[in-house]
This record gives sequence, structure tokens and C-alpha cells, in this order.
Amino acid sequence: MNNMWIHPAIIMMAGACLLPFIPRSAAVLKSYLVTVPALAFMSVLFMNVPAHGDPAFIHGQFQFLDWQLTFGRVDSLSNIFGHIMTLMCLIGTVYGLHVKDVKEHMAAWLYVAGSLGVIYCGDYITLFLFWELMAFTSVFLVWFRKRKESLWTGYRYLLVHTAGGLFLLAGIILRYKATGGDLAFTLMDVTNPTLYTYLIMIGFILNAAVPPFHAWLPDAYGEATVSGAVFMCAFTTKTAVYALVRGCAGMDILIPLGVFMALYGVVYAVLENDCRRLLAYHIISQVGYMVTGVGIGTEMAINGTCAHAFAHILYKGLLFMGCGSVLQMTGQSKFTELGGLYKKMPRAFIYTLIGGLSISAFPLFSGFVSKSMIVAAGFEEHMLWPAFLLTLASAGTFLHTGLKVPYFIWFGKNNCTNETWEKAAEPPVNMEIAMIAASFLCVFIGCYLPYLYDLLPFQHAASEYAHHVYSSYHVSESLQILLFTALGFFMFTKKLAPEPTISIDMDWFYRMGGRGFMWIAKKPIQWVDDKVSEGYQGIGLIPLMTTAKFWSWFDWHAIDGVVDGIARSVRGVGGKARALQSGQLQYGIYFAATAVAIVIVAYVLS
Amino acid sequence: MDLVKIIDFLRDRLKTVIRISYVVLALLIVHYWFFVDKHSAHTKMEHLFFFWAAFGFIACLLIIFLSKWYGHLGIMTREDYYDE
Repeated sequence: MNNMWIHPAIIMMAGACLLPFIPRSAAVLKSYLVTVPALAFMSVLFMNVPAHGDPAFIHGQFQFLDWQLTFGRVDSLSNIFGHIMTLMCLIGTVYGLHVKDVKEHMAAWLYVAGSLGVIYCGDYITLFLFWELMAFTSVFLVWFRKRKESLWTGYRYLLVHTAGGLFLLAGIILRYKATGGDLAFTLMDVTNPTLYTYLIMIGFILNAAVPPFHAWLPDAYGEATVSGAVFMCAFTTKTAVYALVRGCAGMDILIPLGVFMALYGVVYAVLENDCRRLLAYHIISQVGYMVTGVGIGTEMAINGTCAHAFAHILYKGLLFMGCGSVLQMTGQSKFTELGGLYKKMPRAFIYTLIGGLSISAFPLFSGFVSKSMIVAAGFEEHMLWPAFLLTLASAGTFLHTGLKVPYFIWFGKNNCTNETWEKAAEPPVNMEIAMIAASFLCVFIGCYLPYLYDLLPFQHAASEYAHHVYSSYHVSESLQILLFTALGFFMFTKKLAPEPTISIDMDWFYRMGGRGFMWIAKKPIQWVDDKVSEGYQGIGLIPLMTTAKFWSWFDWHAIDGVVDGIARSVRGVGGKARALQSGQLQYGIYFAATAVAIVIVAYVLS
Repeated sequence: MDLVKIIDFLRDRLKTVIRISYVVLALLIVHYWFFVDKHSAHTKMEHLFFFWAAFGFIACLLIIFLSKWYGHLGIMTREDYYDE
């Protein structure tokens, strides 16, 4: 059994590395693009998983220096996340099958490999390695959009994730020192949290986009390529949710944080004019449920978190695919530039609506059987406020994703220019296949409970909940909340009409802060730099010129040329020093972050 | 099956669709009032026959008005705000 185990991340990595060598004929390339993620999905599907409650199967252990690295820990928790990640990778790749630039596929696959590496790893060193791989590969999915803004958005994304990685690394190292060499990635002592517990948690919740560390998400996902966004919306935040379940289950502080973020995402979604940024804010809201579930930490809550992550990846991917197909075909993603498209893209409307009904937890759709588990876990623990607030947030979810997105793109006021209207049409067939597959799964999960519930980590709690989920009370409660929210929407549609604005969020601090830094760099530092450079030249030149005068007095014909030469080279050094000091900022940040990481690792090694 | 035709069919009869929707909403409350077993309710107020309907409607209004109020405090700004 041990030798049979293949890490799905290896399949994705090998697939990505071989991709440039695959013949460019469309048929070969496309079948290769489908085969690799399908193989990875198969490897998870046929993986030997220990029975519920049994210890995890350990594979791929290596000794590196003093550390025992574990690449493959297979248990029911890693299994459910591995299952959905590889499945989504397959759907996402089919969706992006028309993309000719193989580099984009490579970036996406390596990104998936990073996520799978985190899911199956058993120690913090391996975790950190794959954690960084995710950040450094996913940024290309933003850069490949190739707009001027994409470059800067990518840099900001990288900057934030580098900072998050350093928090995580600092936590790992402090924990290593404090526990005398423990690197195992297991549940931390959350009842007595120490500094390192918080640092590791901050590293995790930054990737889960918990406010105030969330602004990178709408910033990057709104700017990513059409198929890149489909990948990004699935992997980073949900891998972080997995890490939280594994390391921080039952950590109280996550409950208020999760509830806050569930509401925060809803508020910003009201204000948003760009449909993909709206969906991105709704990721924050939905991950809020999962973070709350992790904080509650009971068997039912952890089940709910896993189930919701599973369902969320599919319906959020579907929503990004639906809005992405509008962007792909029309080149527009803002409500103020769209509208009335049902005549041109009716099928894309239906898929997006299915995604919207799933995320809103409509009965018979996937969100209904997953989200409610977290809310029910809250009620069960008598946490009335969190449970009611999450219910309130779910009204907001339906308001935006189920109503606002479909209404203002496919109905509402037609804001399309002639050009947009002409270009609008149903997307290419591969995009539709992916959307049909995701739509099918959203309905299937909602209607056939065993598919999802049999994968959950706590089987007893899951089968118990399966009896209640379609009780008349629960169905009636949900339908009333949703349909009366719809009533409110149609009564106040005018109030919700999109406005051509952007919303200031936490990224203001580093965008404007960065500008302040640039001002300091440009004005005072540049001034000092200039003075210093002038000083170099002065200090270099004055004695030289004096000497030159002396020598010229002595034999100025012979020496003159030499002295000029030296003076020129000194001036040259001054200029080089100036260039180095005002060199590009982002490289400076990379070097600084890398240097810090190296120093820390060296410190641990010593 | 022509989706556009179905949608247009419904849009042409918007008044009827809206009337049917109101009836559905009313039936939902009546059904909850008389037929739903409320023993799994978490709090007493959920036994009120209009509780979840009111919850959904008020939640919707709260979210719309509070968010818009917050947005117009200065959070929503011109699109070229970050451009130089």
C-alpha cells in the first residue's frame, strides 16, 4: 500500500513541467490538459483512506537535516479537501481549455500543487514550502491578464502574502524553539494560546482573508485572468480554512472574527460595481462561516466547515465562471456597463443563477446542506448571537449573489454599448461544459446527501444531521428568509442600482502608505542621496584636482590625461551608488524578505 | 427549449407573475403557522408565525440601507481614486 501511494501534487507538478514539451496541436494539447488533472483526481479518489477515527496513513517521509518531513498524511480531513481541490482543478482546467498560453496552465497547476501539498503535509516545514509555492505561482494568474493594473495588483498580492508568510514562519520557529523541536502540523493547544499560536493563526487567517487582512482578495481576484480567477477563488482561502481546521479548531477568537467577516463581505458587496469583485467580497463572507465553524470547533461545526468549503468551491467557481464568461465575451465586468443580456447569453444566466441559488442555501442546492450545519452547530452550543448574525448574512448573500448579480447583468437597465451588445454571445463550448459540470454538482450535492456527507471527518455527527437537514422546519425557515429577502430586493431595486464607484478598503493603507513611502523615497531620501552623491564627487574630485594641479605644475603635459581618467571613474562610482540606492522598490522588498527568511532559517539550524 | 422565449413569456405577463409570487409568500407563512412542527426552534420568538418572514425582510432592508449609508460616508469614491 505504501509504495502504491502517489502524491497528487506530484502529478500536477510533473504535468506542469512537461506541459511546454507537449506538441502544440490543439487535439493533443487539449487531451493532455484534461488528462493530468483527471489523473490527480483519480489518485485522490482511489487513495486508501483510514476508517473514520483511525490514525492517519503516513506516506512520503524524509529526513532532512534534523527534521522529519512528512509529505503524505492521509486521513478523512485531508481526503475531503484533496477530493474537492483536484475536482475543481479538473473543472477549472476544462473551463480554461481555450487559453493558448501554456504558461497560464502551468501557473494554475503549480498553484494547485501548492494547495495539495499543504493539504497532505504533516509538518510545518513542508507546509511552509507549499504555502509559499501557492503565493508565488498564483500571482502569475493576475499578471497574465496583462493590463497595466495587473502588474501592480500582482505586486500588492505578493507583498501581502510575503508578509503573511513571514508571520507564519515566525510562528513556526518560535513554536519549534518553545516545544524543543516539535514541527508536527497538528492541533495546537488553543485553550492556552501563546505568541506563536497567534502568529501561526495570523499566517493562516491572512490567507483566509479575515479582516483586517482581507483586502488582497477582491483586489487580486477582480484583476485576475478569466480562468485564473476560477482557480484563485477556490484554492487560497479554502486551503487556509483546511489549515485552520487542522491547527486551530476550537480557538474562540475565530468566532467573532468569522461572524464579523461574514457581515463585512456582505456590506462591501452592496457597494461593489464590478461583478467579479462583488463575488470576491462574497468569498470573504462565505469563508466567515467556515472560520466561525472552526472557532466553534465541535464535531458538527468542523463537519459544517468542511462541507461548506466543499460546496463553496463548486458554487463559487461556478459563479466566477458565469461572470467570467460575460467578461470573456463582452470585455466588461461592471454592472454599469452591462444589463439586459438574457437575450444574448441565456444559458450563462441559468448557470450563474444555479451558483447564486447554491450560495444562498436554497433548498435542493448545495449551500443548503452545508451552510446550515455551521449555523446549527452555533445554535446547539447556545451561541445565539453568532447564529442569528450568520443567518442575517445569508439573507445578504441571496440579496447580492442570487439576485443582484443575475438581475443587473442579465436583466435590469441595459447599459451595454453597441460594441458590448454585439460581442455578447454564449461562451465557447469548453466553458459551458465546465459550467454544466459545476451546476450539476451543485444540485447533486443538495439533492443526494451521501455524496458529501460520507466524506465528512465526523461520520456520526454527519449522519445525525442528515436526518434534520430537510425537516419541514428548516426548509420553511430558509424559504421564508430567502423569499422575503427577494421581496425586499424587488421593492428597493432602485436603491441597489449600481453606481460607478470603487470602495475604499483596508488596501488603502498600503496603497496610500506605499505612496507616502514613495514620497519619502523621492523627496527627502533622494535629496540626501543627491547631496551624498555630490559629496562623493566633491570629496573625490577636489583632492584629485589639487593633486592634478600639483602634477600639472610638475609636468602637466604627461599626467593630465591620467588624472582625468581617475576623476571620471570616481564620478562613475558616485553615479552607480545613486542608482543602487534609488533602485526599484519591489526588488528591495524581495531581497529584504528573502534575507530575513534566510537569517531565520540559519538561526534555527545553528 | 428556447430559454429566451420562456423568459420573454414571463416578462410579458409580469403582473401575473408578481401576483403569483405574493400568493406563494402568503402560503409560506400560512403553512409555517399551521403545519410546521416547531419543536426544533431554538428560541421562543421563532414560534411567532411571521418570525422568519419578518427576519428575512428586515434583514434585507437593514443590509441595503446600512451598507449604502456606510458607502456614502465616503467609502465609495471615484473610480480613478488610486490613479496618479
